[in-house]
Amino acid sequence: MMLEVHGLESFYGRAHILSGVHLTAAKGEVVALLGRNGAGKTTTFASIVGLVPRCTGTRVFGGTDISGLATHEIVRLGLGYVPEDRRIFTDLTVEENLLVGQQPPREGAPTWTTEDLFDLFPNLAEMRGRLGGHMSGGEQQMLTISRTLMGNPSLVLLDEPSEGLAPKIVEQMAHAIIEMKKHGLSVVISEQNLHFARLISDRAYIIEKGRIRFDGTMAELDAQEEIRDAYLAV
Amino acid sequence: MDFLFIQFLNGLASASSLFLVASGLSIIFGVTRITNFAHGAFYMLGAYMAYTLTEHWSGALGFWGGLLAAAVAVAIIGALLEIILLRRIYQAPELFQLLATFGVTLVIEDLVIQIWGAEDLLGRRAPGLKGSVDIFGQAFPTYELMLIVLGPAVLGLLWLLFHKTRWGVLVRAATQDRMMVAALGVNQARLFTGVFALGIFLGALGGAVQIPREAVHNAMDLQIIVEAFVIVVIGGMGSVLGAFLASVLIGELNAFGILLFPKISIVLMFLVMAVILVIRPWGLLGRPESHARSALGTAERPIRPLGRGGRNAVLAVLLVLLILPVFGGSYLLNVATEVLIFALFAASLHLMMGIGGMVSFGHAAYFGLGAYGVALLVKFLEIPMAGGLVLAPLLAFTGAVLFGWFCVRLTGVYLAMLTLAFAQIAWSIVFQWDAVTGGDNGLLGVWPAPWASTPEAFYYLTLAICAVGVMMIRRIVFSPFGYTLRSCRDSVLRADAIGIDRQRIQWLGFILAGTFAGIGGVLFAYLKGSVFPDNISIPISVDGLVMVLLGGIQTVAGPVVGAGIYKALSIFIISETEFWKLILGTLIVILVVAFPQGVVGFAVDLFRRRDPDDGEAGEAPA
Repeated sequence: MMLEVHGLESFYGRAHILSGVHLTAAKGEVVALLGRNGAGKTTTFASIVGLVPRCTGTRVFGGTDISGLATHEIVRLGLGYVPEDRRIFTDLTVEENLLVGQQPPREGAPTWTTEDLFDLFPNLAEMRGRLGGHMSGGEQQMLTISRTLMGNPSLVLLDEPSEGLAPKIVEQMAHAIIEMKKHGLSVVISEQNLHFARLISDRAYIIEKGRIRFDGTMAELDAQEEIRDAYLAV
Repeated sequence: MDFLFIQFLNGLASASSLFLVASGLSIIFGVTRITNFAHGAFYMLGAYMAYTLTEHWSGALGFWGGLLAAAVAVAIIGALLEIILLRRIYQAPELFQLLATFGVTLVIEDLVIQIWGAEDLLGRRAPGLKGSVDIFGQAFPTYELMLIVLGPAVLGLLWLLFHKTRWGVLVRAATQDRMMVAALGVNQARLFTGVFALGIFLGALGGAVQIPREAVHNAMDLQIIVEAFVIVVIGGMGSVLGAFLASVLIGELNAFGILLFPKISIVLMFLVMAVILVIRPWGLLGRPESHARSALGTAERPIRPLGRGGRNAVLAVLLVLLILPVFGGSYLLNVATEVLIFALFAASLHLMMGIGGMVSFGHAAYFGLGAYGVALLVKFLEIPMAGGLVLAPLLAFTGAVLFGWFCVRLTGVYLAMLTLAFAQIAWSIVFQWDAVTGGDNGLLGVWPAPWASTPEAFYYLTLAICAVGVMMIRRIVFSPFGYTLRSCRDSVLRADAIGIDRQRIQWLGFILAGTFAGIGGVLFAYLKGSVFPDNISIPISVDGLVMVLLGGIQTVAGPVVGAGIYKALSIFIISETEFWKLILGTLIVILVVAFPQGVVGFAVDLFRRRDPDDGEAGEAPA
């Protein structure tokens, strides 16, 4: 297993956000973490990369116990993280944004150069010198993913990559994630959009109120209409 | 005309040194969010180091190498300070780093005197640049010309560093979003150390290049730090180019201000800052502070009414204070009276910064206005004490109404700097308006009424007024108005969205805080029997900040306890030893590291851990 998480408990102050969340991802697998707004998807990702101070449970990445490591140490092991709100450096150009994400090549993980990423997202190639703040939401989403890929990760946590994007851009995102999988990357995405998740994922988890309510293949999820209705339908 | 041109060049030369110091301060603030009060101390250390090195190393190489080596040595000291001290307190409330660096400043000031003595030191002249050049028939020192070039040269080098190296790009990224930089695998700790060292290097270099121009002395730090802060704020926090423009502005202002407005030359800089901040609330090239993104899942403990244990402690302290005159002599009572006054002062500052979210670097203004209010009433109207106690706070009230109206238009450090500007304007009016305020000589003969003139009587009077004052502040904190004020502090956007007029609420909070501080000032004037410009000066404001932070900003009792600890400690240490700065500074640093929540915050944590249900929300405020 590339990533193994068991019994994850997270707190914000006294609020208990996650209760015993578990999640695994194998090499080259695309896994979806599905759930409504406020279900605990973002907290799960933030807990994995060490951004939640009060959090316990097993977190193993590539055979290394990452619980207790600092965020930058976890990321340097090859666990890339793309936050939900994109967090582009708006004062930096596209190329400078990519430079910040740059890490040395890593054994067993695909290596990305700026040019590879411009192939993956041709829109970005045309705006290398543009400031991050002068880009559209879709372009920023492409940039934030590219920036994380510059770290040559072996697994990427993608928090709601389709959120707020035009259908045409969502399609490009799906294409890019499939491309990442082809390169041998593991991808964990969080999504509210079941349709989008179905296009790209091998397996899915459903999270609701900080607990995992379902875990299985996409085919299994498709067979269980009542679960979809209970936890995903709007 | 020729003279004016020379004066213009003089302005540019001093702008260069100012820029070195201010750019370092700005870079440090931009990335680490540390308001580095010790920057002036490092500037001074740079000058002393450069003095020593250039005395030992001969020749041109020795001189220039000495300046550079001094800056590097001080930068290494800065890096060590960051690693050993500051790294431990990044998680503490933002202003705690200000407190820690204030402690460091005190320590460095004393160490400098121990190592280099208290005498002014005249450094070597620069080899090869000792002469002067002829400009329009006037002699202009060559060294000053070199300085004029140095400023833009450093600006250019910094631009290259920040745009053409990966490290520089990382620094710019971290200025904007530290957490995201960490989430991309960058070791923040190392980046911060590097940035801190670079900033200190620039500050120390600014000090080192001063040695051929002026004598090195042990008050250089305070002289430069305020000016450097003003420049950073005018330019926009974190903007290097902004710091450069502001340095030129202030350098020229200093050069010409003395010619054009000799009467108000001291305050010109603050006037300009006030005007610029009112027009551009984030400085010339600054940007609105993005709402600080704290790490996920950190929760600040809300301010709650004391539990039963806390109330008993307050009663016990009151009881001790009531029987104090029985076993205390008049000296002790005098000290206790002063501590009580500062407790009220600190509580009023806490109302403004802890509850209202408006940090004030100039709270002395209202304290001093109260003190001068009473002195003027006595001098011109011969008002008796009862009248003075009632009327004098009105001057502080008026000052708060006027200054507050401008200040609440800003936020964060900019607001804090505008409060400083107003305090300095008030100070300079008091200092320079001889006919009315007595200027430097102050106003004498402000004595309490006969019935209150014994130490015991005045002590009880002060105790009564301060206790009632603190209770009223507490009542305000837990009133609907207090909650509204806190909502404006925590989320302007949400406060707006539920129909709260933020500026109006904060203005009211500002006025209340200023008036309570004024009452403290009135009592202080009666205690001392006189008022001086010192009562309205920066050290009083800094004392207030130290008290609030030391006690703990997240409790109402904190500032009162902080005032007690700090005032008592400083009075005691000053009377016992000549190394008081060293000891007090070290104590402050230790307290900051040991109690990052403040002393009372720590005690409350301890208490609540043992008895978690005590003092929970839902308990009716008394």
